[in-house]
Amino acid sequence: MSANHDRANLLEVRGLTKIFGTLTACNHIDLNIAKGEIHALLGENGAGKSTLVKMLFGSLEPNSGEIFWNGQAVRITSPGVAKKLGIGMVFQHFSLFEALTAAENIALSLNDGSPISTIAAKARALSYSYGLPLDPESLVGDLSVGERQRIEIIRCLLQTPQLIILDEPTSVLTPQEADKLFETLERLRAEGKSILYISHRLEEVKRICDRATVLRHGKVVGHCNPRQETAASLARMMVGNEVKAVVRAPAEGIETAPALLEIRGLTRKPATPFAVPLKNINLAVRAGEVIGIAGVAGNGQGEFFESVSGEVLQQDSGSVRIRGKDAGALSITGRRLMGAAFVPEERLGHGAAPRMKLSENLLLSRHATDGKSFVGSGGMVKNASVYSAAQRIIAAMDVRKSAADPEAAALSGGNLQKFIVGRELDRKPSVMVVNQPTWGVDAGAAAHIRQALIELARSGSAVLVISQDLDELFELSDAIAVMHNGELSAPLPIAEATFERIGLLMGGAEPGHAEHSMETA
Amino acid sequence: MMRLELVKRPQRSALFSVLSPFIAFALTMIAGAIMFALLGVNPLNAFNVYFVQPISEVWQLHELAIKAAPLILIAVGLSVCYKANIWNIGAEGQFILGGIFGSIIPVLFPDFEGPLVLPLMLLLGMVGGALYAAIPALLKTRFSTNEILTSLMLVYVAQLFLDWLVRGPWRDPQGHGFPQTIQFGDSAVLPELMPDAGRANWGFVFALVAAIAIWLMMSRMLKGFEVRVLGSSPRAGRFAGFGFNKMVFFTFLLSGALAGLAGISEVSGAIGQLQPVISPGYGFTAIIVAFLGRLNPLGIAAAGLVLALTYLGGEAVQSALGISDKVARVFQGMLLFFVLGCDTLIHYRIRLIGFAAPQLEAAPKLEEAR
Repeated sequence: MSANHDRANLLEVRGLTKIFGTLTACNHIDLNIAKGEIHALLGENGAGKSTLVKMLFGSLEPNSGEIFWNGQAVRITSPGVAKKLGIGMVFQHFSLFEALTAAENIALSLNDGSPISTIAAKARALSYSYGLPLDPESLVGDLSVGERQRIEIIRCLLQTPQLIILDEPTSVLTPQEADKLFETLERLRAEGKSILYISHRLEEVKRICDRATVLRHGKVVGHCNPRQETAASLARMMVGNEVKAVVRAPAEGIETAPALLEIRGLTRKPATPFAVPLKNINLAVRAGEVIGIAGVAGNGQGEFFESVSGEVLQQDSGSVRIRGKDAGALSITGRRLMGAAFVPEERLGHGAAPRMKLSENLLLSRHATDGKSFVGSGGMVKNASVYSAAQRIIAAMDVRKSAADPEAAALSGGNLQKFIVGRELDRKPSVMVVNQPTWGVDAGAAAHIRQALIELARSGSAVLVISQDLDELFELSDAIAVMHNGELSAPLPIAEATFERIGLLMGGAEPGHAEHSMETA
Repeated sequence: MMRLELVKRPQRSALFSVLSPFIAFALTMIAGAIMFALLGVNPLNAFNVYFVQPISEVWQLHELAIKAAPLILIAVGLSVCYKANIWNIGAEGQFILGGIFGSIIPVLFPDFEGPLVLPLMLLLGMVGGALYAAIPALLKTRFSTNEILTSLMLVYVAQLFLDWLVRGPWRDPQGHGFPQTIQFGDSAVLPELMPDAGRANWGFVFALVAAIAIWLMMSRMLKGFEVRVLGSSPRAGRFAGFGFNKMVFFTFLLSGALAGLAGISEVSGAIGQLQPVISPGYGFTAIIVAFLGRLNPLGIAAAGLVLALTYLGGEAVQSALGISDKVARVFQGMLLFFVLGCDTLIHYRIRLIGFAAPQLEAAPKLEEAR
C-alpha cells in the first residue's frame, strides 16, 4: 500500500462508460487520482486511454458513470467546464497556429482580454520558473516540436490547473528533452499538483509515476505501483500475454551487395512556409539490409518520404536511384514499376482510402504493377482476382476484421496497418520504404510487421524504415541514420549506436561532436 | 431526460443507401400535401392532377421521355464530377453551347444535307459542351479558381451569347423579326422513335446508353476506380499515382460533352431551331437528379423520370387548378432538401437515449490481489 491512499482524492471516476456504435471504448472505468501524485494511464493503442481522457476533459460525454472532483459529483460537459474546475490538458497533437507567435497563441486560448504584452511577460516568467525556457515573441512556425510542446504546457499552466493531463508527451521529444520535461513534472508534483500521465513507454512510467492504472480493451485490468513492477510485468498487463520478441538474423555479405536504393544529393525547397527543406541528403540502402531513419517528428521525414516515393518529383533525376537507374523524374507509379514499394505514415486517407473496401485498397497501390492480373482489356477491373489476392494478404498478415471485405475505416489501426504493409510485401518488392511502420499498432501486430520487414530484407531486398520510435529502430535496423532539420546524418552501424548517441543527433548535435558532448552531458 | 442522438455506423448502411431516396420522396409528398392544403386545394385532387394525370396516356409518356432525356444525359455526366469531388455547376451553359455548336451546320450550311449531317451535329454539340466545360477546368488547374463559381457564372455568359446570336447574326431573315434561327432541314432533325405513338426522339436512347456506359465505367473499370479514389481521398489518390489535374479535365470534358449532347438533341429533336431560351433549367435540375439518383447512373435514369414528371405536373396544375407552375420548382427544391437530409441515415443511426443509472463495479486491485 502506498502512502497516496491517505491523501484526499482530487479526482474520482466511477463506472465511466462510453460506447461508439458496437464498440465499448470505455467499460466501467474506475480511477482515483490523489493530490500531488503523478498517475500513469497505461495501455496499448485502442485500449481506451484517449476516450477516457476526452471524457475527463469534456470533449466527449460518457454514456454512464460518475466523476467526482474534490468529492463533489460533477458533469464535465465541455472543455470550458473542465478548465473552470481546474483540469488542464496537453494534447499529443498540438493545436497551435504556426503563423502566430507563442504569446498570441496563448492569448487566443486564454481569451480573457488581457493585453498580449502582459500574457507574454507572464508566460516568460512561468516558463523560466519551471525550467522550460520559452521566448513568447517567437513565431510558432520557427519552433521545434519540443518547443511547441512547451507552449502547450505553459498555456495549460497559466490557467493554474490542479490536474494536468499529458497525452503521450515524450513521443515527440528527444531523450534529452524528455529528461527536462520529467524535471518539470516533478516540480509540479512537489507543488501539490496532480498529473495524469498517458504513455505506453514503460521505462519512463517506472521512472516518474507514483501509481498506474492499466487499461486493456476498454477495461481497467489493474492498478499498481510502477516502481515495484518490471517493464516486462507492466507489458504483460497491457498486452494480456507475452509478446514474441523480434529476431534479427545477422546480415551477411552486405558490404559487397549492390545498393538498390540510392539517394544522392537530394535537396528540396519547402513547398509551404512551414515545410522543412531537405538539404543534400545522401544514403544508400543495399540488398539485404534494413536502414532506420530516426528523428523527432517534423524534421523533414514527411518531405523525404514524398520525394523518395515519387509523390513529389525531383528536378535532378539522379537524386533518387532505384536498382541502379535514375528514378528522380519518375512518378510513384514509375518507381513502383521499377520494383519499389512504399508505406506512408498516415494509414487512413493516404495509405488507404477509408471508405473503400480492402480489395479496392489493394488495387490502390498495385493497379499498375499488377496490371496484367488485376486489370483486363478495355480497363475492366478483374474483381475476382483482386478479391482473392486481398484475401491472400489478409490471411498472410493475420488481419482481423468483421466482414469478408470490409471498408478500410472499419478496421482497427493495427489491423489496417498489417494489411497495408502486407499489400506491399505480397509483391516481394526489391526496395521497400516505410514511414512509421507500427505507429499506433498494438505490440503483437507490431512484432509481426517488424519481423516481416526484417525477413524481406534478408531475402535480398533493401528496406528503409523511417520512425520516431527508437526502440523500434534498434530492434529492426542494421544501421541508423538521424534526420534533423532536413539533414540526414551518416548511418551509424547498429553495433555502435546507443540511445545517447542517436538522441544527441536527434537534438541537432553535429555528428563529429557526439562523442564529446556525451562526456560532458 | 431523453434526447435524439446520431450514432455513427461502423459501415455505411446498404439498406438506407437504397431507402433514402424513397423516404425523401415520401417526405416531399407530405410537405407537398401541406403546401396544396395551404393553397386551398384538396391535396388528393392536386396529387392526381400533378403526378397521375400527366402520365396516364401513351403520348404523355413520350412527353415524359422528352423531358427526362436531357436530365438523365446531363446528370450522369455530373455524377462522375461529383464522385470525384469536382463541382461542375455549369451544365446549363454547356448544354446551351452544345446546342449552339451543333446548330452550326443547319444554320450556316442549310444546303448541306444527307445522312452525315446529324452525326456531325451531335459530334459538334459534344465538342461545344466539352470546350465550354474546359474553361473552368483550365482556370481551376492553372489558377486554383473555385470551379463552382466559374462554371456557374459561365452559364449566364452562355445564355446571353445565345440570346445575341438569335437576335443578331443567326436570326432567320424571313422570320418576321422573331428572335430565332431558320427551321432545321429534315436531315438535321433528330428522328422520333415511334412517330405514330408520340414525340419521343432518339435523345432518350442516348440518355439510357450513356447511363449504362457510365455505370459500367464507374463500377467495373479502373477509370471509375480512379474517379472514386480521388473523390473520396485525394491524398490516397496521389499515392496511387492518379493525377488530380488530369481528373479535373477528364470529369469536366466528359460532363460537358454529355451536357452538349443533351443540348443539341433538344434543339434538333424537340425544338427544331435555336431560340433565345432552349432550356427550362435542365442543367440545374440535373443536379437534383444526380443526387436523387445517389450519383449512381442507373438510379439517375429513374430519378430523371421523376424530375421530368415534376415539370409536366407543374404545367398540369397550372392549366387544371390555376396554381402557378412555380410549384414545380418548389417540388424540385423540397426533393433535393429531403434527399440530402435523408442521406444522413446512410452514415448514422438515430437513437433515442436517456441517461442510464451509473453502475458501480470495482476494478480488480492488483496490489490487493497479491
